[in-house]
Amino acid sequence: MNALGLIFSNIHDTAVPELTRRRAIGSIPFGGRYRLIDFALSNMVNSDINKVGVITNYNYQSLMDHIGTGKDWDLARRSGGLKLLPPYVTAPDAADRAFSSRLELLKGAIDFLTRSDEEYVIMTDCDRVCTLDYQKVLDRHITSRADMTIVTKREKVNADGIGKEILIDADMLGRINDISEHTGADEGYHNVSMNIFVMKRAFLLTMIRSAIAHGYRSFYHDIVGKNLMHAEYYIYNFEGYSATVDSLPAYFACNMDILRPEVRRQLFDVPYHAVYTKVRSSAPTKYLDGAVVKNSLIADGCIIEGTVENSILFRDVHIAAGCVVKNSILMQDTILGRDVSLSCVITDKNAVIRDSRVLVGHETLPFYIDKGAIV
Amino acid sequence: MNQKRKECVAMLLAGGQGSRLYALTKSTAKPAVTFGGKYRIIDFPLSNCINSGIDTVGVLTQYQPLMPNEYVGNGLPWDLDRTYGGVKILPPYQGNKKADWYKGTANAIYQNMAFIEQYDPEYVLILSGDHIYRMDYEAMLRFHKKKNADCTIAVLEVPMEEASRFGILTTEADGKIYKFTEKPKTPDSNKASMGIYIFNKRKLFEYLNSDEADETSDNDFGKNIIPAMLESGERMFAYPFEGYWKDVGTIGSLWEANMDLLGAKPAFSLNDESRGRIYSRSSVSAPQYVGDGAVISNSIITEGCEIYGTVVNSVLSHGVTVEAGAVVRDSVIMANTTIAAGAVVTYSILDENITVGQGAHIGAEKADGVGIAVIGNGHNIEPGQTIAAGEMISD
Repeated sequence: MNALGLIFSNIHDTAVPELTRRRAIGSIPFGGRYRLIDFALSNMVNSDINKVGVITNYNYQSLMDHIGTGKDWDLARRSGGLKLLPPYVTAPDAADRAFSSRLELLKGAIDFLTRSDEEYVIMTDCDRVCTLDYQKVLDRHITSRADMTIVTKREKVNADGIGKEILIDADMLGRINDISEHTGADEGYHNVSMNIFVMKRAFLLTMIRSAIAHGYRSFYHDIVGKNLMHAEYYIYNFEGYSATVDSLPAYFACNMDILRPEVRRQLFDVPYHAVYTKVRSSAPTKYLDGAVVKNSLIADGCIIEGTVENSILFRDVHIAAGCVVKNSILMQDTILGRDVSLSCVITDKNAVIRDSRVLVGHETLPFYIDKGAIV
Repeated sequence: MNQKRKECVAMLLAGGQGSRLYALTKSTAKPAVTFGGKYRIIDFPLSNCINSGIDTVGVLTQYQPLMPNEYVGNGLPWDLDRTYGGVKILPPYQGNKKADWYKGTANAIYQNMAFIEQYDPEYVLILSGDHIYRMDYEAMLRFHKKKNADCTIAVLEVPMEEASRFGILTTEADGKIYKFTEKPKTPDSNKASMGIYIFNKRKLFEYLNSDEADETSDNDFGKNIIPAMLESGERMFAYPFEGYWKDVGTIGSLWEANMDLLGAKPAFSLNDESRGRIYSRSSVSAPQYVGDGAVISNSIITEGCEIYGTVVNSVLSHGVTVEAGAVVRDSVIMANTTIAAGAVVTYSILDENITVGQGAHIGAEKADGVGIAVIGNGHNIEPGQTIAAGEMISD
């Protein structure tokens, strides 16, 4: 594929403050053994993109630790491969310039884009969980002679997405008429932007340079919005499973979605489209006498002696005898003592819950336990 | 040579045909046989190497080399993908004078002396790809150096009544070996050779050269090299190993070793990371899904499995599906095998890529005199079909 990938690993960090206190949104653990960025990276690799720039601006240690040289995605290459693009801070005044908007971040990637020779660029954020073939998007982009194609998902919007979602109005052929922020004015079905963009590299560079020249700050408002009349912008409506992690309850719901077979099929069982992640070499999961497990997703390395229902266990989670875990998400290396009872709880990595503790949240307000916390 | 020399190079004999594993080694070599859900036998010596600080390993293959080659690959899972050193597959090759299969274990090393020489090591560690164990080879090397030995052989104390199945070493109080007997009828010691040797390279090469010159030799470490060294009075020591060590060369022992992993206090723990993690080339699968009707007890299950039925006292590799109403008991099920609804698998080993049809019955309750049923790679079992205990089926 004659395209390079650009992944924004920090955009939307503020949406899930609990999980992004110490990490970029791209490295939020998801689905038992993944990080959110795995979906973006795997989508790229499976679409034969072998040069990917990952744009980061802060809190990126855990992300770097996760992606490493990129070898788990086959992106440790001599030519192309994975390039981490941290903030481009050269001048003293750059430090306080907000590297927060998509456009500011793109300005930092301008050298990476200039030095590449791929014809197209595929840009994506990390907050959308989906398995998507970018080749199909690019093919459509080319046949519709678009200047830019934005991938959308037709969804019913509600109050949760106010201020977060971008709604796109398009005609029958997919040509974009209007782009607006979701303000709550009209509920119902809309084409919601998945923040995945396809365009020519040269076109993107022209836009970035023009933004620098004019002092533009917003990608959607200043660049896309202002050009709607004379540029050809199209949507590509994605029909598979996709969910946005834009709040802790949404994170919870999106994880629980994977317990449904049709969602697992659309995320993990797409032919020729494996979802890759960092290999951890945990032993297989061990079920001891007394284990009772129902409707749960369980990664390797767990040792289970208690009851687990409707839950997601990441790698190397220990559930001692007498525990009852329901509707919960336990991240890597969570250790439960004996007779612990959890319901609608999210434990971050390395949490320890001592014997006989009872913790209860609700699916609209899951009880979150911080990384390494001891309860 | 500019690069730093390697102190110790490991040579892993992975040519074993494993003919006593029958159906399981029809299309793959013994070291590549699946073990413990996500591992292959060769993962154990390879992981021991990297956990012992040995980063240069030659893997000698001969029989069915495709699987070990593909599996070991560039050595990435074991951190053995190195620019200098790392893991190298060494199949028999065509020399400019003659081409030879490896005639014996010693000949395999003889043919690869040039490989060893590249790294100019002081010591050579010889390993085999047939056993399940965790061992710190570095501790053995320290012992070897402390004893100022020419050759050190790792030994395990076995029950006296079983000693006649092994190569038995008889030693003085300080561990110096004065006698080696292959499978003695009346053993005078219970120190069994584990087939793990450390040699001073110079000495090893000397004996390999003279062994090669002897046309009557079997070119085997146990039969020729070790006895020859003993005869010449070289300093040879027995390094006592304590811990789990199991030859998985038969269907029975492979099944037992898998069962040894189960339970809260298993005979051999894969989770015991303080003693070194075992690495393997992982499949790319989603986490395992356990459905509403599933009943799982005392089992080991790997990522990518979908369990809706009953799994008891069993070891399941990745991508195994157990449908609702199916029962798997006292069995080892290898990757990507499906047990359809209502099928019952008892006291069996099922290789990879098998579909067991609805309502089929394989094996019988484990009891004295009841054998393990074995189904070979890709051999599907028809719905309702019955496979008796102890049967061995492959294409």
